[in-house]
Amino acid sequence: MSQQLKTPTLIDVRGPRFSATLTVIVLAIALATQNVWVLALQAVVFAIGAIRGPQFTPYAFIFKRVVKPRLRGEAVTEDSRPPQFAQSVGFIFALVGLLGAAIGSVPVFSIAVGFALAAAFLNSVFNYCLGCEMYLLVLRIRTR
Amino acid sequence: MKSLLPLVIVLALATAYGIWHKLREGHFKVRRTKAAVLDAQMLGAPLGSRVTLVQFSSAFCTPCRTTRALLSQMTADMHDVAHLHIDAEANLDLVNRLNILSTPTTLILNKSGTEVGRAVGAPKRDEVLAAIASVK
Repeated sequence: MSQQLKTPTLIDVRGPRFSATLTVIVLAIALATQNVWVLALQAVVFAIGAIRGPQFTPYAFIFKRVVKPRLRGEAVTEDSRPPQFAQSVGFIFALVGLLGAAIGSVPVFSIAVGFALAAAFLNSVFNYCLGCEMYLLVLRIRTR
Repeated sequence: MKSLLPLVIVLALATAYGIWHKLREGHFKVRRTKAAVLDAQMLGAPLGSRVTLVQFSSAFCTPCRTTRALLSQMTADMHDVAHLHIDAEANLDLVNRLNILSTPTTLILNKSGTEVGRAVGAPKRDEVLAAIASVK
């Protein structure tokens, strides 16, 4: 958790929302077609978001280049760490899904992709904050 | 295309959960279990003379920032109300004892430090005002 020691980076709140919408589309395709490669692609995006930050993914690049110039209104910013945490959770689910595919288990693949899709969908549609709900629970379980 | 069924199930469940979550977010509710009693020593700061709002926050939480700004701004000119801000991660004992599951969670205490309600998620200004007014 070395990220917490750095000064927070502020990013446009609409970036992670847009990225979550693209994530929903990609994961929905992965789930409906059972295509491992589509999930692998999303796993790479999650990995970049988790390690470097959500503002460095290809989706964020599309947001900055294509979407943001067309948006009006004042940009509200947020700390980049909550969406970065969500990207890490997404990455873990994607890894489990890939592992499921590697051992030939359709249920493991589908359930893992299902959870990642549900989280991205909640973020995209309801502005759901995964870090708010999960981080404290993880800490409490770890220190039991 | 293999099957659309898993996709439909996931989206339906996520929608139901999302609506349920939105509906309960930020409302002050009285807990049915035995109410906790807190004091200045546990909280690390003195209680308000009539009402204390105790907000628990964590690092990966965007609404914690807006809640903190709202509550401190609202309580700034209320002489009998205190707003205490607690980092949940650094106070896991208290978090466990009070059974706080997510952030932001805001407890409302009366003058003796007894919990009279709590709001999970970012509360709205009107609800905070009503909750403060309802404490005797």
